[in-house]
Amino acid sequence: MDMRILGRLTAADALPFYSWVAVGGAVVTVLGLLTIVGAITFLRKWRYVWTEWMTSLDHKRIGIMYVMLALVMLVRGFVDAIMMRAQQAVALNSTGYLPPEHFDQIFSSHGTIMIFFMAMPFLTGLINIIVPQQIGARDVAFPFMNSVSLWLTAAGAGLVLISLVVGRFSTAGWTGYPPYSGAEYNPGVGVDYWIWAIQVSGIGTTLSGINFIVTILKRRAPGMKLMRMPLFCWTTLATSILMIFAFPALTVTTALLALDRIFDMHFFTNAGGGNLMNYINLFWIWGHPEVYILILPAFGIYSSVVSTFAAKRLFGYKSLVYATMAIALLSFTVWLHHFFTMGAGAGVNAFFGIATMVIAVPTGVKVFDWLMTLFRGRITFHPSMLWALGFIVTFVIGGMTGVLLALPPADYLMHNSTFLVAHFHNMLIPGALFGYLAGYMFWFPKAFGFTLDERWGKGAFWCWIIGFYLAFMPLYVLGFMGMARRMERYEISAWQPFLLIAALGAVVILAGITCLVIQLVVSIRKRNEKRDLTGDPWDGRTLEWLTSSPPAPYNFAVLPQVRDIDALHDMKRHGSVYVRPKQYEDILLPINTGAGVLIGGLAFVFGFSAVWHIWWVAAAALLAILATAAARSFRDKTEFCLTGSKVQEIENRHFRDLAREGVL
Amino acid sequence: MKRAKAAGGRTLGSYLTGYVLALVLTAVPFGIAATGALSMQSALIAIGASAIVQVLVHLRYFLHLGLRSTPQERLLAIAFTAVLILIMIGGSLWIMLNLYYRMWA
Ligand code: HEM
Ligand SMILES: [Cu+2]
Repeated sequence: MDMRILGRLTAADALPFYSWVAVGGAVVTVLGLLTIVGAITFLRKWRYVWTEWMTSLDHKRIGIMYVMLALVMLVRGFVDAIMMRAQQAVALNSTGYLPPEHFDQIFSSHGTIMIFFMAMPFLTGLINIIVPQQIGARDVAFPFMNSVSLWLTAAGAGLVLISLVVGRFSTAGWTGYPPYSGAEYNPGVGVDYWIWAIQVSGIGTTLSGINFIVTILKRRAPGMKLMRMPLFCWTTLATSILMIFAFPALTVTTALLALDRIFDMHFFTNAGGGNLMNYINLFWIWGHPEVYILILPAFGIYSSVVSTFAAKRLFGYKSLVYATMAIALLSFTVWLHHFFTMGAGAGVNAFFGIATMVIAVPTGVKVFDWLMTLFRGRITFHPSMLWALGFIVTFVIGGMTGVLLALPPADYLMHNSTFLVAHFHNMLIPGALFGYLAGYMFWFPKAFGFTLDERWGKGAFWCWIIGFYLAFMPLYVLGFMGMARRMERYEISAWQPFLLIAALGAVVILAGITCLVIQLVVSIRKRNEKRDLTGDPWDGRTLEWLTSSPPAPYNFAVLPQVRDIDALHDMKRHGSVYVRPKQYEDILLPINTGAGVLIGGLAFVFGFSAVWHIWWVAAAALLAILATAAARSFRDKTEFCLTGSKVQEIENRHFRDLAREGVL
Repeated sequence: MKRAKAAGGRTLGSYLTGYVLALVLTAVPFGIAATGALSMQSALIAIGASAIVQVLVHLRYFLHLGLRSTPQERLLAIAFTAVLILIMIGGSLWIMLNLYYRMWA
């Protein structure tokens, strides 16, 4: 072990002078950070940011911060993507503009960021904001743990971001397979950044999963039976179950890899009697459930969006619930399809191939349920609805190429080709990202009290979907032409036209991202025109639209009585919505605390020192985390009482707004 | 020791029993691996068996689960967990042994 005070951290190793493009990236990262810090300082908003946001235990605020993190990381992940597209567009018989060492870091950080720091925070944020309200709860079960999860995730993202400035990121891809990711072939810090970013944020995810499960099982409003929960709550439950059972597998696998790297152990090195194939096996035990962790919440969002904007009850609610749970269980039985080519026997490959095809059945059931919900509905083409429609069409294509890949003999031809890259983007972009964006545009008014501009929203949708087809359909063709994934340069001129089209697609997606930014800016500027005082801008059907927008800290002054799946719609029909009690009761709310931020910050310090082998700091940080957690658990007073009269004041304001809008 | 007495058999004594059992069940596999006293196959079986017993010890003495004393839905959750663990570990063993058989046997 390294015993120097600063471990292996030296200025020569740390700074990114191996490539001018990397220097540029480092400068942009640092400038971005300085701009944010500078802006908050200039506006003298530190106190506000700290007391109202960073230390907040309010699940809506935590959710909003998760989504902000996700959007920032979406931009970063996309910059990586468009750089790869540019490189491959020009790298015919030439080195292009990126040295191999740098190109490899880029596909690794793109994959890692998109999965762990874009998709995961996005879905966790939306769940946080919406699920407690949909089940009629005042909070999540463990508000403090929620804050810890957020800051652990942010710490992991911070590690990936800082790797661009101090040192390098992994070149071993988002999957980090040994032996290449082992110490022998990869002695630098890159793989360690990857490992510790995943460790830190993975623990946050496991905690989130626990939190959501307990919230859903224990905090439902009176009458909200499980079979009356909105579908988004069901998919959240399924996703959370997957999180708590799958993520430990990833944590353990990467921990074993860390032991191999740091202590020269031999879990995955053949030389010492280890087996690198077992890494791949363990990695995908997590990896396949992970893709359903990403996709199921989006399915829930589409269900909400489709039924709201078709103004109809969801078709086949029960079949959707059963399909969700079937997918959740089946997703644990298919992981080998990621390494058919490992050389397992026909029996093993056939079993996992068939299991994979079986998953397509419940997924198909869902698609038909959404179609039937749309059938003869009064459809409003809100941008969220466009994302849903684009999803249904595009996702089916990806599903079919997936069933094709589930055939082991076919997979032997397509494995690790750009056909695979096309397939999984075909699932993840419409199946996850479009869903989150639909949720973002659907629930934005709930979180902020004003709606997002629809014209720019539609523009974003059209750019994204056209860009998606342009960027990824050529990759299917290229796969058949024999192009492998992760290629930094190539000699086959027949590939280049397709890579040029794919690069054009990335540019169109860039226009889509620009539309998203403009939409946000325009909407904030016109927020007074776009104000929604009712809390229910889309004639919603479920309980989150019963609260004010943005909701009071306690969501519901009086817990709603639920009698139907579309609880709010049912109340509206029976005229039992917006009834005021004679007297408001006192409500207990969590007191804000900086302990979550502190734990996240310490986890970042721990990760950073572990990467650079600064062991004494790492140990100190770990101890400090334990001490903080212990100190926090000895605190007796973690809640304060919002008195009934205060509640009444807040509610009076809300009901005045409702009256002004003519809802009452 | 009066304070330690609580509902559901949560006594200091039962925690200590669990702790000692857990220690023994950890020491045994380490001992087997360090001394090499058993043949490869029996060593693997012994390590696997102590792992399974260890899980049961944790459930019994630390999580206080009992077939009769625990509510049914909680037992269901445990059963679900068991199924998943069976899939993951059983599947891994199947996959890796199959590979071993094809490559080295
Ligand atoms: C926004 C548009 C996107 C573009 C243009 C894009 C482009 C790319 C490219 C060019 C690659 C490298 C392909 C190769 O190895 O040859 C790649 C890899 C990858 N992408 Fe994307 N991507 C996008 C969005 C996403 C999203 C939303 C996700 C996940 C939620 C994602 C996950 C991945 C993963 C996991 C890899 C594999 C990285 C590796 O090889 O280790 N991408 N993407
Ligand atoms: Cu899979």
